Amino acid sequence: MLDVRHATVAFSAPGGPLVRAVDDISFTIPAGTFVVVIGTNGSGKSTLLGAIAGTVRLDAGSIHVAGHELTAWRENRRARYIGRVFQDPRAGTAASLSVLENLAVAASRGRPVGLGWATPRRLRAEAAQRLAAIQPGLEQRLDQPIGSMSGGQRQIVALVMATWHRPELLLLDEHTAALDPASADRVVQATAKLVRDQKLTGLMVTHSLEQAAGLGDRLLLVHRGRISLDVEGGAKRRLSTADLAGRFDRLRRADQLDDPAARTLRDLYV
Amino acid sequence: MITLLATWTFGVTLALVALGVFVSYRLFAFPDITTDGSFTLGAVTTTVLLVTGHDPAIATLGGAAAGAAAGACTGLLHAILRIEPLLSGILVTTALSSVNLVVLGRSNVPLAGTATLLNRVEALLLPATTAAGFGAAAGEAARLIVMLSGVGIAVILLWAFFRTNLGTAMRAGGDTATMARALGRNTGLLTVGGLAIANALTALSGALVAQVQGFADVQMGIGMVVWGMASVFLGAALVGPVRLGGALVATVAGSITFRLIVASALRAGLHPDWLKAATALVVLAALIAPRLLSRRAQASAAR
Repeated sequence: MLDVRHATVAFSAPGGPLVRAVDDISFTIPAGTFVVVIGTNGSGKSTLLGAIAGTVRLDAGSIHVAGHELTAWRENRRARYIGRVFQDPRAGTAASLSVLENLAVAASRGRPVGLGWATPRRLRAEAAQRLAAIQPGLEQRLDQPIGSMSGGQRQIVALVMATWHRPELLLLDEHTAALDPASADRVVQATAKLVRDQKLTGLMVTHSLEQAAGLGDRLLLVHRGRISLDVEGGAKRRLSTADLAGRFDRLRRADQLDDPAARTLRDLYV
Repeated sequence: MITLLATWTFGVTLALVALGVFVSYRLFAFPDITTDGSFTLGAVTTTVLLVTGHDPAIATLGGAAAGAAAGACTGLLHAILRIEPLLSGILVTTALSSVNLVVLGRSNVPLAGTATLLNRVEALLLPATTAAGFGAAAGEAARLIVMLSGVGIAVILLWAFFRTNLGTAMRAGGDTATMARALGRNTGLLTVGGLAIANALTALSGALVAQVQGFADVQMGIGMVVWGMASVFLGAALVGPVRLGGALVATVAGSITFRLIVASALRAGLHPDWLKAATALVVLAALIAPRLLSRRAQASAAR
């Protein structure tokens, strides 16, 4: 379960006014619910995700995951409950380590590490089985440096890493945005399968309206640091790509009004 | 014969510096200038412990431990105070030049007549090397065997350590800090640990060099970081892309090769004043050679 209460993150651009990138946002995601987050550039959705992951400090408000208040915790401590996949596969996997070694680091997520052998036979067998289940063929490449794989394959391994131990919360930060359409499709399918199989609680930021319409139990549209649309259940299922595109158009038109806050946000993010 | 063996012994002993630089620079991408200071620190700490009558094994380990502490200082400056890697190393190595002088008491202390780790193990091996027909070079051969086995053990221990959970986490943190943090690792602490290991190896080398050459000097560490980098690059150029174990062995090979190049250059008449300039040139050559070779390979593949 994720509980965000009155989260506020303020930035001031050099010489500009103070801008609330995240402006008093509150929401709760019950366990087992997978939420898609969309928003225009500079809407605050990435800042919100960063605040939950621990890379951005909250100026006010609090973050609770599975009953633990994490607001003051550092990023690496939050990893005990949170699994993450980054937009850039190079940020979420260590290129010079083999696929198996990357998975070995993930197998100790949020736990203390000692001098035990990192890649025992037991881990190799489990890694092969998990990779084969999600993309047959990957299990043949356990000993290759992960840097030699394609971005799409790396993201699939990154997904397996983030969910090796079922996280209380899975954060996906536009994890298909850096991929070609075919690879992005495979990663989306792998994501959907893992979310379904493990009944994951998650938050997925995406730029893709198809993904936003097709995935998840609930959708949040973030605009100017606030949640401007929150749909779930039947309403979420009925939501089409065209509906979302229409909403985005209206938001963009509203943004063209000469609003200094909107301008600063655009300068900060675009 | 004796000089050739001595050249090898020196190259093998300095391979520990190269292994230290491999850890800091290759695994952590941390250009660690502390190397110059911790090499001397290892030498002077061990020398003072030896001269004051401590057991040679303890004295040598003491030198390595002092180096680990120096490396940890550099790591803490970087991890906690967010000082750039290069500047952290410069600060610690500058401070160490005073520390080294204070520890040693004066700029040069001889070890003549003091029992060292070297002459203890040498005495054990001397009958064997004499029997093997090394004649007058028997002592030097014994030293080389000692150093080779020491470095061999270091390579095996490093390889094994960096394949444990902690060691793998260190390599992950050094490679991609965002990934290691997202998986719960404190990358700052991992860097502190990595630099402690790197400088322990460097200081161990200093401790052994002091015992091989029979004295410690506060100037002896100057240029060691370049030596280490030269060996790492040369090793990488010799073998190309390999995995952890291969890279460690290549680093040792790079150190010995580099020492042989330097010795040959001096023998061919290079004035010792030009030694550091020649060193820089070798580093440059080792850096650009793989790039030129791969470009040529690509060109021939395209044809």
